[in-house]
Amino acid sequence: MAPTDAVWSVSQLTAAAKRVVEGELPRMWVRGEVVGCKAWPSGHWYFSLRDAASQVRCCMWKLDAQRAGKPPVDGTEVFVLGKPGIYEAKGEFQLNVSRIIPTASIGRQHQELERVKTLLQKDGLFELARKRPLPEYASAIAVVTSRAGAAVRDIITVSRKRWPCARLFVLHARVQGDGAVDELVRALRVVNRLEVDLCILARGGGDKEDLAAFNTEAVCRALAAVRVPTISAVGHEIDISLTDLVADVRAATPSAAAELALADRREVLRQLDDLAGRLGAGLSGRTRLAAERLERTSDRMQSSMAVLLERHRRQLERLGAQLDALSPLRVLDRGYAVPVAPDGRVLKRRAEFLPGKPFRLRIADGDVPARVEPE
Amino acid sequence: MTTIAEELARLEEIVRRLESDDVELDAALTLFEEGVGRLRAARERLLAAELQVQAVLEEAGGDLRTAHLDG
Repeated sequence: MAPTDAVWSVSQLTAAAKRVVEGELPRMWVRGEVVGCKAWPSGHWYFSLRDAASQVRCCMWKLDAQRAGKPPVDGTEVFVLGKPGIYEAKGEFQLNVSRIIPTASIGRQHQELERVKTLLQKDGLFELARKRPLPEYASAIAVVTSRAGAAVRDIITVSRKRWPCARLFVLHARVQGDGAVDELVRALRVVNRLEVDLCILARGGGDKEDLAAFNTEAVCRALAAVRVPTISAVGHEIDISLTDLVADVRAATPSAAAELALADRREVLRQLDDLAGRLGAGLSGRTRLAAERLERTSDRMQSSMAVLLERHRRQLERLGAQLDALSPLRVLDRGYAVPVAPDGRVLKRRAEFLPGKPFRLRIADGDVPARVEPE
Repeated sequence: MTTIAEELARLEEIVRRLESDDVELDAALTLFEEGVGRLRAARERLLAAELQVQAVLEEAGGDLRTAHLDG
């Protein structure tokens, strides 16, 4: 069989292989033994990773190599995080490694984490009883994080949307690598010199080892010593750090921390609407009450007047009756008669009745002429 | 300047007093006026607010310096 028109060039083949490999295989953790590690003056590292049956070429670019520290010694068992690819110039399948962790150090890290955790637990730093509630309306917030990271941008974005009355004080600290622990501790101490209501300790998501600073005793104790309530927003939803346990509140992400930290402006505007409604209703209620009271008062006045009048009327009647009883006309009614001299004097004594003298007898319905008989 | 929390607390107090029976009509009117003023001010304050972001830097001598920071 002879070659046809459909002959591939080497470049076409390696390009196609690269597409397949890089399209199909994601970034992954691979476990193996390091062999033939070379650190080039350019800063890149090249080595192979092998197990009992196979091996794969690995390269680690300058920046990642710098971050990893010292090149691994041959024979070290490691975990590497890498993206499989094809190096087209040589047609080689290789793993582009971004992180390398000796398997033994994972064990050591785990041990160290447990040691610190036990210590802090013993000192009561994880106690629920020492958790402080977050202020309802925080207006000044300290944010301890890397100024270069996504965390600070996320917090600013959420704060601007949610509660723009707030002031954010950003305290920069590296959150991973050399110096991170010291910088975080220093920044947390500075928080105590600021007039703030709340402190957020934040970091974006990343690899687990990058959380190391947030699992150190020094950072945890510095966080516990912050005088205002604290929120730890370190790592991602699945990662938990010791600072998450020490802080008063743990947030899954920096954005979530800002949401927990700040009131919602829309909510408060609604609350103001509600207060406005109650204010209006309160006043009209109060006015109605006053009117009712006024009405009741005048009712009471009227009725007390009536009582008074009635009492007076009865009193008048009683007095009238007494007056009547005293009236001589009433006495005459009962059949008595009053002798009256022609000059109008009432004759009360025997001596006043002289024989033959005329007088008048006043009786109920008038008077009658009368004369004293001679004895 | 009072905080929003203080404003809300005062407004709540005003409304409560207005809602209670033992406030004189004159006092009620004064409270109402105060409440309306505070409500308006609080609303304006909330709507006009702009987030302030400042970087805090510790200088060599230990003094703190703040610098405006853009989000």
